[in-house]
This record gives sequence, structure tokens and C-alpha cells, in this order.
Amino acid sequence: MDGLIAYFTLIGFGPRGWGAALAQATLMTLAVSIAAFGVGIVFGMFGCWAKLSGSVVARGAATAYTTILRGIPDLLVIYLLYFGGSQAIGSIARLLGHQGFFGLNGFVVGTLAVGIVSGAYETEVLRGAYQAIPRGELEAARVAGMGRLLMLRRIIAPQTLRFALPGMGNVWQLVIKESALISVVGLVEIMNQTRIAVGSTGAAFSFYATGAALFLVVTTFSGAAFRRAERWAMRGMPSGGGRRA
Amino acid sequence: MTEFGFLSETFLTLIEGVPVTLTLVTSSVAIGGVLALALTLVRRASTIGNWLVSAYVFVLRGSPLLVQIFLIYYGLGQLGFVRQSFLWPFLREPYWCAITALALNTAAYQAEVLRGGLNAVPNGAIEAARVCGMTRFTMLRRIILPIAIRQALPAYTSEVVIMVKATSLASIITLFEVTGLAYSLVSETFRAFEVLSVAGAIYLAMNYALTTAFAVLERRLTPQSLPVPQRPISVA
Repeated sequence: MDGLIAYFTLIGFGPRGWGAALAQATLMTLAVSIAAFGVGIVFGMFGCWAKLSGSVVARGAATAYTTILRGIPDLLVIYLLYFGGSQAIGSIARLLGHQGFFGLNGFVVGTLAVGIVSGAYETEVLRGAYQAIPRGELEAARVAGMGRLLMLRRIIAPQTLRFALPGMGNVWQLVIKESALISVVGLVEIMNQTRIAVGSTGAAFSFYATGAALFLVVTTFSGAAFRRAERWAMRGMPSGGGRRA
Repeated sequence: MTEFGFLSETFLTLIEGVPVTLTLVTSSVAIGGVLALALTLVRRASTIGNWLVSAYVFVLRGSPLLVQIFLIYYGLGQLGFVRQSFLWPFLREPYWCAITALALNTAAYQAEVLRGGLNAVPNGAIEAARVCGMTRFTMLRRIILPIAIRQALPAYTSEVVIMVKATSLASIITLFEVTGLAYSLVSETFRAFEVLSVAGAIYLAMNYALTTAFAVLERRLTPQSLPVPQRPISVA
């Protein structure tokens, strides 16, 4: 019982509690995840377009992108952007006569790194979804005299999104969990905040368990939101209508 | 130092981490596989078992691996009964903590992979086995598991690739596998771009070898796709 009270004092919102800091860190995890997910969608759209394009060069580049980014650890990508980025900026700065190590912003580097990695997965999700659109719909649109842009806006984009939602939900879960790695470049999200709290209180198990629980809350609620969105997107379709991406 | 000289020296330094990475992968995947099989059996045994296993899978898949590693490496020491137990000499070592965390994590994912495979076993095959008078164990060994494992193989391949990448997190708790060596080399030489690219290439090569091996295994286990032996047509 005393243990429980001590625990809730520790993670509570009282003067000696870490509640406010943890809540803020959870918001940071959400913010960086949403930003990285957005970056991933942009990369995924370009990747998908390249993979489906007729150009051999574009297809080769997109295949290289998805193969490499899905084949190396995400931690390496984060290090590469962080240290490689400061190396590049440092050498530019040396040319301009400055000295020393240039630290980059953890939020920007983390968003880009997780975004680029998730973009590789998003590419495959979007490609599968695009290929799930019944060919007849595209033919019908063309016969109706739609231009390419109108067809993209009215037929391809909404249909792709509908088929892609389940896969995008998986990518979103991946992004949340990968956002924990951004702690290594100093962003104060859940993982880093719990680490700071452990450093100051020594209560390692309590705080890391709390951190895991916070991640579970985020993944569970956003997972439920994605399932609702899926049901909404599939409304009016016969169950199992269309191939699942 | 010339560019090529630096790259080849970096490669020689980092390649020393490959055995550590591969040991981490094989031991955690093997232990995780046994655990996953046990979880699947518990899941099918009773409603409470199913509930417990689902909770385990939910927690392990819903939180980041890094948190799980920290919970085991730093967190367990806070609990007095763990420090007193016979496991403490192991759980004090970053190496065993990494294997424990990776194995527990992959067990949850592998249990899901296995569940998918088991769902794909046709009912007819099970009925036929029962009609032949097979016992539950024989049926599991000779009918259900071979079909389920074959069905689950593609998903299993990507799980192993994910584990190869996941071992890089062990560097954060001071293990010197490929990423750990790369990190310390970056802080020595400040040539992040070159060192990390070489490390990335090593991971790509490992994963490429792995997926190729699994693809061969998949083809071997798919009798329909093997070439039909052609008899020479005799022209009389």
C-alpha cells in the first residue's frame, strides 16, 4: 500500500510528482509522431508514383529507396541524419570561418528520419491500395471524359485512401513506437522524459513501466480511431468489398 | 588517409560486430520461437489462457522495444526480489538483458504470425487426420504444424529481418554490435556519413542473405512450384 502511494506521488501532479512533465512528453510524442507520419505520407506518395510510373529510372530509384530503408536499422537512419547533418553543416560553417560541433534540432531530425523510414512502408501500402482499385472504375472515369487531375481527385485519391487505411494504421503504430528512438538525439518525448525522471529519482522500474503504459495508451486510442475511420470509409460497401490492401 | 583506405578500415572495424549481432538475432529468435509456440498452445487451451496471451501480445506489441529494453536492464534492479533471485547474475549483464528483451518482444509478434498460419490450416486436413485416427499430438506434428509453418513463412521472414534491425537497439545499453561499434567510431573520427553508410551496407547485406535463404526455403517447401520432371519424348 505504501508502495502504491509512493508510486502515485512520484507520477502524480503534486509538487514532487512528474505528472505534468510526463503529460507534456506524451504530447511531444504525439506531435512528433503526427509530423513524421505526415512526412511519411508525402514520401510514400512520391515512392508510389515512382514505382507505378513507366520510367525505369524512377522505378529503380523507388525500389532502392524501399529496399534500403526497410533493410537498415532505424537507429542508423536517425544517427545518419543527426551526425551526418551536423557534419555537413559543420563543414559549411568551417568554410565560413566558424568552429565547433553543430547540434541539430532533435524534433526536425527525428521527424525527418522516422518520416523517411515510414515513407518506405507507406510506399508499399499506397501501391497495394492503388492496385486494388477496380480497373473498370478508372476506365469509366476516362470514358466519362475526366481529365487526369480530375480523375486523381475524384476517383483515384479517395479510392486509394479507402483501401490504404488498414495498412496506414499499421504504419502509424510503427511510427509511434519508432518515435521512442528519437530520444537518442535529445528530444524530450515519453522515453527521454522517463529517462530524465529515472536519473533524478532512481525509480527505474516505476518510470519505465509508466512510459510503456503511456505508449500503450497512445497506440490503443489511436488504433481505435483508425478502426473507426476504416468503418466509416467502408460504409455502404458490402462486407469484404474490394480487395484489402 | 585516403578515402578508400578509410572506408575499408571502417568496414574491417565494423565487421567485428557482425558475430555479436548474429548471436543476438539467432538466440532471441530461437528463444522467442519456443515462447511463441508455448503462447499459442496456452491460447488454444482455455478462455483464460487466450485472454492472458492476448494481453501479453497487446502489451509487447503496443509499446516500443527501447522501453522494454530499459525496463529490463535498468528497471528490474529496482525490484528487491529480482536482485535476490538466482537470475540476477544474468539480468545484471547488458548482453542477457538484450536477449531477454528481444526474445520476449519477438515472441509476441511470432505468436501472431503463428496464429495466422494456424488459421490457414484447412478444416478438411484436420478432419481427414482425425478420421485416420491420429492422436492430437501426431496430428499437430504431422499435419497442423507443417501446413501452418509453411503458410506463416513469409511473415516469419519479415519478423526475422525486423529482429536483425532491432538488435541495433542493444547498442544503447552498451553492447558493441555493428551499430555500437559504428557509434563509437563516429565519436572517434567525426566522419558520421562514411561510417554509418558502411554500417548500413553491412545490415543490408545481412538482410539480403537472410531473405534469399528464406526464399529458397519457401520454394523448397512448395511442392507445386518445383519444376515437373520432364521425361524425354522418345521419337520412335
